[in-house]
Amino acid sequence: MSAPLIEVRGAAFSFGEHAVFGGVDLDVYSGEVLTILGPNGCGKSTLLRCIGGALALARGTVHLENVDLSTLDARARARKIALLFQDHSPSFPYPVLDVVSMGRTPYLSAFGAPSAQDIAIAEEALEQVGMSHLKKRPYTDLSGGERQLVLLARTLAQQPAVILLDEPTAHLDFKNQVRSLRQIGALAERGVTMIMTTHDPNQAFLFPGRAALMRPGGSLTVGPPPKVITDESLSAAYGIGVSVLSVGRPDSGGELKFCTPWYNWPHKN
Amino acid sequence: MIKPRTVALMILLPLATLYASLFIGRFAVHPGEVARILLGQFLPIPHDWPRSVETIVLQIRLPRAILAMFVGAGLAVSGAAYQGMFRNPLVSTDILGVTAASGFGAAVALLLSQNLIALQIIAFAFGLAGVGLTYLLARVYRSTPVLMLVLSGVVVAAFFSALLSGAKYVADPESKLPAITYWLLGSLNAASVTSLKMALPPIIAGSIGLLCMRWMINVLSMGDEEARALGVRTEWLKGGIIVCTTLITAAAVSVCGIVGWVGLVIPHVGRMLVGPDHRALLPASLSIGATYLLFIDYIARTASASEIPLGILTAMIGAPFFAMLLRKTRGSWE
Repeated sequence: MSAPLIEVRGAAFSFGEHAVFGGVDLDVYSGEVLTILGPNGCGKSTLLRCIGGALALARGTVHLENVDLSTLDARARARKIALLFQDHSPSFPYPVLDVVSMGRTPYLSAFGAPSAQDIAIAEEALEQVGMSHLKKRPYTDLSGGERQLVLLARTLAQQPAVILLDEPTAHLDFKNQVRSLRQIGALAERGVTMIMTTHDPNQAFLFPGRAALMRPGGSLTVGPPPKVITDESLSAAYGIGVSVLSVGRPDSGGELKFCTPWYNWPHKN
Repeated sequence: MIKPRTVALMILLPLATLYASLFIGRFAVHPGEVARILLGQFLPIPHDWPRSVETIVLQIRLPRAILAMFVGAGLAVSGAAYQGMFRNPLVSTDILGVTAASGFGAAVALLLSQNLIALQIIAFAFGLAGVGLTYLLARVYRSTPVLMLVLSGVVVAAFFSALLSGAKYVADPESKLPAITYWLLGSLNAASVTSLKMALPPIIAGSIGLLCMRWMINVLSMGDEEARALGVRTEWLKGGIIVCTTLITAAAVSVCGIVGWVGLVIPHVGRMLVGPDHRALLPASLSIGATYLLFIDYIARTASASEIPLGILTAMIGAPFFAMLLRKTRGSWE
């Protein structure tokens, strides 16, 4: 196997006295989608932010293409790594295309503004997520699902080596979840490397890449999704009964793997 | 993008208002005469107007109108930059305590019977010091979160307001107290070539600085963490915006007292006309702010027998206007 694109070694992070995780080692290979799952509060979003440089590790290193990310300034890092935040709060009603153009900021000088070429890159990014028809609309008018795709386009406009997605389907309904996941899948097919946290273990089955199951404290099990996501591992990680099932799809006859908790209320056992 | 017609309007409007403010006033001068006086400074045309008219136009009205333009433009562009940086449409230029600190500085200068130049220097210095204090107070873990800035600004402003009240309390009620009170109400009647020389450089420098950062203000308005992830050095950017707006506001307050509401209302008018993009909004705010304060000063000079303080007019006109805007936009920022 070729050298990993990202190497996390001995990563530890704490908020003041409270240690979130420690001793995390993780490799991410070019062209894969690594899905990090785990219970709430296990630190998966924090780990993602540390990899992206939004938070600084207490100990350990993150290397990308053999460069220690802590040695890069914000601009150089933003050319390598793009982050899609989970909790984006919209501000002014900028047109969609302007929001996507903001992805070009790491390529601009401190007093610069996007050039015609930057705007062309932003238009292309918007095209890739299928949102071109909305480019003149104020992005505050969009639905949550549409806004998520616009922000995904912004990460594409950054032309990074890796995109980090923090719970990209949080707060989205079924249809918009599928819409976002399809776009992420389309990017994966084009070879874009992504690391994605998710609260929904099912999503790990969807992409070409490995799954990482994170437990509180930071211990990780990494491997092919069917190996990592099993009845036993999920039941242990979440502390509830979980079954991994497989059904035939009525349309194509293919196999669809998914997992479900047992929903066993105490009084119904 | 912005229509050429809007751009032309934004350039012509302040210039036309400037020209108008030279012939409108308690002493009416014919517009043509103003034009000939202005041209006469550069072209060899016969000086067939009274000397006193030339003095009124060039020595009294012109400095005052130029000061009104620059103060209005500066306060408006500062307000627009702050509203973007704080991601909040209710923010104005005095959010970090610059106005309160400058006001106290001016009161101290008046208490000490300093001349006008000394007053302006002291007020300017206090304004810078006040904001410096806010910034230091807001600094936690090598960063200055926006919420900490706002709260520190409230603290510093309250502190300097208390000092100002103290200064008023000890001031001689026959002479000093009215001087302080009138000064705080704001006026452009101290305008002179000297005060232009003092106030314009910081206002121009600060405005150019803000214009340079106008795209980055867009990115910053997405929130600190996102701006950082987009490669913006947010601490430097916020520091730069604070320095520029403070230079502008402190200079404005030090020459013409407290002129409220311009920094709050004008950016909203700008957003209605050119949209929220700071690349267009900042230049538009400059233009509208300049026009607005020229217009206000025209009322201040002519509406009654004695001059009406600026602060009263900007609030009396600004507040209902803002109320109207709020009703019209129903609280959205468009």
